[in-house]
Amino acid sequence: MTTRKEFDQGLEHLHNLIIEMGVFVENALVESMEALKTIDTDRARQVIKKDPSLNQMEEKVTEIGSKLIATQQPVAKDLRRILSAFKIASDLERMGDLSVDIANVVLRLEGQKLIKPLIDLPRMAEITQLMTYESIQSFIQENVDLAYKMAKDDDQVDALYGQITRELYTIMMENPQNITQSSLLSFVGRYLERFGDHATNIGESVVYLVTGSRPDLNV
Amino acid sequence: MEALININKLNLFYGAFHALKDVTLTIPEKAITAFIGPSGCGKSTLLRTLNRMNDMIPGTRIEGGIAIGGTEIYSNEVDVETLRKKVGMVFQQPNPFPKSIYDNVAYGPRLHGITNKRELDEIVETSLKSAVLWDEVKDYLKRSAFGLSGGQQQRLCIARALAVNPNILLMDEATSALDPISTLKIEELVQELKDKYTIVMVTHNMHQAARVSNQTVFFLNGEVVEFSDTEKLFSNPVDQRTEDYISGRFG
Repeated sequence: MTTRKEFDQGLEHLHNLIIEMGVFVENALVESMEALKTIDTDRARQVIKKDPSLNQMEEKVTEIGSKLIATQQPVAKDLRRILSAFKIASDLERMGDLSVDIANVVLRLEGQKLIKPLIDLPRMAEITQLMTYESIQSFIQENVDLAYKMAKDDDQVDALYGQITRELYTIMMENPQNITQSSLLSFVGRYLERFGDHATNIGESVVYLVTGSRPDLNV
Repeated sequence: MEALININKLNLFYGAFHALKDVTLTIPEKAITAFIGPSGCGKSTLLRTLNRMNDMIPGTRIEGGIAIGGTEIYSNEVDVETLRKKVGMVFQQPNPFPKSIYDNVAYGPRLHGITNKRELDEIVETSLKSAVLWDEVKDYLKRSAFGLSGGQQQRLCIARALAVNPNILLMDEATSALDPISTLKIEELVQELKDKYTIVMVTHNMHQAARVSNQTVFFLNGEVVEFSDTEKLFSNPVDQRTEDYISGRFG
């Protein structure tokens, strides 16, 4: 008889850490975007302050995964579970950093009034938030269809990003005084676009976990 | 890789017990093929059919065929001694003869009629070198084989098998009685031998199969469940039963 108790516990721990990181990242995105909408620097600072705990979770994933590889010699899907946990944790950690980047934009906008009410950036953020949620759901349910569906939403994110940058260029051309704020806001667009790419990567990891092959969902 | 061993719809019965069921396999030459599976799955039984070791077990009945290099080994014309010269075997427990190191290796060639001292010397040296044992024993060839460590004894048994110039080397759990370092030495040796020999190994150690072999066959209850490249079988098996077994969910 082979016992897998310790092994299964380790895998479950990894699984739970990924979910925890996913929830954390989703919150960080919502918080940083809320802070941006009202240029709420306190709220932005909270996002920055909390980020190290996300990094610690990623380190924990690496630690547990390495230990399982060293001691349990995983093969097949067990091995893919660990490899995809590494990859997903790394994507989530980057997504956390992108929320911090958005929060830093808020700090740089301190004391300013927004040149225009934000409409498209929050829409982009909503879609990327949904993508994050669905990527984690596809991981939990090992649902390949959901991973593909989620990755399709990235097209909308990319389209909005194009639209936002065009609009901000126009604003900059109209009045050079708006250049600083406009560039900062276009950075936010860029951060959100990257955020969506990382969610798509998570979807790819889910497909790899389930099927053993790596598709490119980022097209 | 060319096919060397063709097993075709092989059924084997020990009395009423159906030990191998419709096994069809093609084993390529000059490669390492590993048989894995839980105890009683038929992997050792199949290995032993390849040099007709099961002939000695009373009540064994075989249907179907095994061809090695195109020759049906269960046909009446086949001489079993000649077959076993071509298909050597190494067992779980190192089993040197109670003789000197030299005589152990020279035993087979002598049996097959080689008496010339120089010729025997050469065979002994080449075989011991092939088994990566020469450097350790070249000054003690007249000493008893029982003075060697377990790992050395097993390499001596490999040298003894190689001395009669086989094409195929069967290894039945050949490292399971050895310590990890001796095991690694045998694994390295096997890697070198595959350039010249076709190796079929039965192992309980899945990670050994994963490390060493080119192809892996997974058996369950006398049937072949899955046969594929080792890398594929251990990274993305097709059959759920294979996945469960290699992940340690049963067996």
